[in-house]
Amino acid sequence: MKILVCISKAPDTTSKIAFSEENTKFDENGVQFIVNPYDEWYALVRALEIKEAGGGQVTIITVGGASDDAIIRKALAIGADEAVRIDAEAKDAYFTAIQISSYAKENHYDLILTGKETINYNGSQVGGMIAAELDVPFVSLASKLEVNGSTLTVEREIVGGLQVVELNAPAVISCAKGMAEQRIPNMRGIMAARTKPLNVVDAIEIENLTEFVSYSLPNAKSAVKMIDPENMDELVELLHNEAKVI
Amino acid sequence: MILVYINSTNGISKSSFEAITYGKKLGDVIALTNGGALSEDLASLGQYGASKVLVDRAIDGGDQQQITKMISSVVENNGVKTIVFSHDLFGKSVAPMLSVRLRAGLVSGAISLPDADGCIDVNVFSGKALGKVRVNSEVKIISLLPNSIQPEENGGSCPVEEISVDTGSVSIKVLSTKKPEGEIPLPEAELVVSAGRGLKGPENWGMVEDLAVSLGAATACSRPVADIGWRPHHEHVGQTGVAIRPNLYIAIGISGAIQHLAGVNGSKVIVVINTDSEAPFFKAADYGIIGDAFEVVPRLNEAVNKFKTS
Repeated sequence: MKILVCISKAPDTTSKIAFSEENTKFDENGVQFIVNPYDEWYALVRALEIKEAGGGQVTIITVGGASDDAIIRKALAIGADEAVRIDAEAKDAYFTAIQISSYAKENHYDLILTGKETINYNGSQVGGMIAAELDVPFVSLASKLEVNGSTLTVEREIVGGLQVVELNAPAVISCAKGMAEQRIPNMRGIMAARTKPLNVVDAIEIENLTEFVSYSLPNAKSAVKMIDPENMDELVELLHNEAKVI
Repeated sequence: MILVYINSTNGISKSSFEAITYGKKLGDVIALTNGGALSEDLASLGQYGASKVLVDRAIDGGDQQQITKMISSVVENNGVKTIVFSHDLFGKSVAPMLSVRLRAGLVSGAISLPDADGCIDVNVFSGKALGKVRVNSEVKIISLLPNSIQPEENGGSCPVEEISVDTGSVSIKVLSTKKPEGEIPLPEAELVVSAGRGLKGPENWGMVEDLAVSLGAATACSRPVADIGWRPHHEHVGQTGVAIRPNLYIAIGISGAIQHLAGVNGSKVIVVINTDSEAPFFKAADYGIIGDAFEVVPRLNEAVNKFKTS
């Protein structure tokens, strides 16, 4: 099975979030970037498991500049066979999705996997957009994926529950917790990653459907009000009269 | 014309009323749904501002491609300029597909109405920052984060019209559906009681559930508790679990790791109960109680019951 895994770079969870250029750009100064955890832990690792069980090829793809090569090598070290970087600054989800779709159209994949969302933009958009652009089925928030020939059996989260569905490849699936367990790259993987192919592809022209015009940080929380553990009536009174939540 | 898509598979939820209320603030609202919801339930959407409800009974909702085609057809036939979704698991899967099909910019996880320049606020960096998004396309899609706006009732019921859209064949076959019964779905809950490893074992969750029942709250847990199997995974809130933004989040025996905070920092009010006065969660809390959960939680439950009956 030929599998394409979409990965994105994301700031490490503990990064300080700040903005530059009059709050119009994320300040990358001193920020450690990682492979977006949903893309790495769930989408990529499950793709590798499917390949290990039934053969095939796992290609990772990202849209970004040369500075993304570090996270690409990390994903190759975990076990992907080859990587594609579409050489452009990702402007929004639509831009990213159409770039990836354009590459996927020419290279025909049986399965395209994404993480359920990135931890920086949390949009949960790219997977569905790729599916729509390629006109193939989309299953979102998958917690299990089994492949049998070209039949895909997927467990997905739906509003208030879980559902098992069946469909035929090709398809796009967004991956959530439950799909696979995180893999730590070993030394052999890290060495091998250095020589695996990383193809840099020119971006195509795409209109900008949306843009982030500015960012801000939420108002600082006022100091915590400590309550006597003996006096829970006081807490209930505060939640009712002061916070007005009960 | 504003089109609000309603997922009515499990009845009509509060987030649907929120989406209609939001749409009504932008213009005249048509609601669109599919499947077998009762017509009188659908008619009640009029109370929140829908002028009519369109329903395609033949589409069951398991196939996002099919739903996308249905919505596009209604958009094109009714001159719709803005489509509103609730940013729940369903909206997250359909809105992006519709965005591509209509070449309409999507604001994913909106938490505000458009400002004077048409820009809409969204949470970014897992709730650690806000971003303002502008949509450049003529047709716009807004996926509204649950609990961002209070539903407003301002009318009576509205007509329900059955439609039939030719969407071609279905490519996703539903084999089985599992729904936990009698529980409040976590992403929509206004009040949430959550507990962590501080509770020492799954047998101690009784008092957490009691408190949740007294408050009418949903229950949640931290990641370690879900990972060791004390609680089901769908209760896990945090960066890798569910992100929630209830009005009240009560955290019991949870230290407040940054990954956990990323999933709950949108909560309006946070109460932290912990034996450790150095627990980082207190920095993110509005109200803090340093004390033993096994004493504090039953006491709080008693106080809530006293308040509810008074």
